[in-house]
Amino acid sequence: MYNKRFIIPGLVIFVLFVTFPLWFNAFSTASPVPKPELPPGGEKECVAPASEMRDRHMVLLNEWRDGVLRDGERDVITVGGKQYRKGLQMACMQCHTSKEKFCDTCHDYTSVNPFCWDCHLTPEEAALKKETH
Amino acid sequence: MKYAFSFLAVIALILIAWLGSQIPGMPYLFGIALPYLAMMIFLGGFVYRVVQWGKSPVPFSIQTTCGQGKSLDFIKHDRLEAPDTTAEVVARMFLEIVTFRSLFRNTKSELHDGPKITYESSKWLWLFAIIFHYSFLMVVIRHMRLFLDPAPFWIAWLEFGDGLFQVGAPTWYMTDIGLLAGCVLLFSRRLITRHVRFISLVNDYFPLVLIFAIAATGILMRYFLRTEIDIVNIKQLAVGLVTFSPVIGTEIGAIFYIHLFLVCVLLAYFPFSKLMHFAGVFMSPTRNMKNNTRAARHMNPWNPKIIPHSYGGYEDEFREFMVESGIPVEKELPPKKDEEKDEE
Repeated sequence: MYNKRFIIPGLVIFVLFVTFPLWFNAFSTASPVPKPELPPGGEKECVAPASEMRDRHMVLLNEWRDGVLRDGERDVITVGGKQYRKGLQMACMQCHTSKEKFCDTCHDYTSVNPFCWDCHLTPEEAALKKETH
Repeated sequence: MKYAFSFLAVIALILIAWLGSQIPGMPYLFGIALPYLAMMIFLGGFVYRVVQWGKSPVPFSIQTTCGQGKSLDFIKHDRLEAPDTTAEVVARMFLEIVTFRSLFRNTKSELHDGPKITYESSKWLWLFAIIFHYSFLMVVIRHMRLFLDPAPFWIAWLEFGDGLFQVGAPTWYMTDIGLLAGCVLLFSRRLITRHVRFISLVNDYFPLVLIFAIAATGILMRYFLRTEIDIVNIKQLAVGLVTFSPVIGTEIGAIFYIHLFLVCVLLAYFPFSKLMHFAGVFMSPTRNMKNNTRAARHMNPWNPKIIPHSYGGYEDEFREFMVESGIPVEKELPPKKDEEKDEE
């Protein structure tokens, strides 16, 4: 083989790059499989079945946002006899009270960074604000 | 016909994965066995091809130059186009690999009235290639969020930049569109430009259709066919694959297996196809050699070893026979005393 001193290091770098996930995971501590906290209040019903929420909650939230902010569709959602106003803080976070224990578990695991919290406050932050005012 | 065949082949692959993954137990084949097999073929084949190339001698110094080579001091040397030192070669290679400099000179000749022929650089190929390759690179890096546990922070940065326009939910990525558009543009270039169409083969069309199908299934899975696409489940499988402990939790939608199967086919096909230009761009002697043929002698590695043989040495070897047959010699035979004695 000619030019061994270039080709062999090149191949080694290539193989290391391709197998990077193997080395990365071997030297890092595996995070536990996420277990989002069920509503502490014990609510059993959501606006849609759990499987559908798991697959499409981001689509639903986006539709709600567009509806409320752009078209003024502030409908009231009735879940199991209880009424909620359309919105992340007003509906979802009423039952799923903790962002850290619910939203973040899966989002952190899969590196999903939704921009909900650019504007919204987590329940804890909202409580803090109320205290200061 | 050639492009129709590529479409048929990809459709057949999609059907295999779609129907196959519905059979109980088969998700283990499509989700675990085939990815491992494809990865082994990819790595093994890739290294094999590069080693085979490394074994091929380069008989001549065959750089392609398109500028003034190093000459007398008052002649301006074009350092990038006719590199003379290793540093200049590295600079040239770097720009070639990162910015596809050679495609920038994709010359197009046109015949005008006169008749007059003109040559101009057609930048379309360069533009399409840049869109396609960088989108593909970004897509591959972004996928690492599913393989690395915990996902490193820089992946979040890349995702943020890629989804900067914050369109829809989940956010649309620019590179998703770029990859699809790149495939379509490169494919239509092959169809529309007549002389490129003439030389295009199935193995030119097939990878484009395959990569288009991979991007399309990925986009469908992320934005449209989300049923049974639980990202946590998929990440568990992906991390399991790279830690050699794969598990398939609950059921995953067929679109995932179609996407994964097409990627496996691409990986397995890679080392035996034109896609090896990934390694080839580094190993092309027309780019990675120095243009210094006047300063340094390039030895052909397959030349036989010939030991220098001067005329003096030649005469020393054959003097007796030369004298015998009357050929003039520069140095006469030494007088032989014992011969004279015998005659007496």
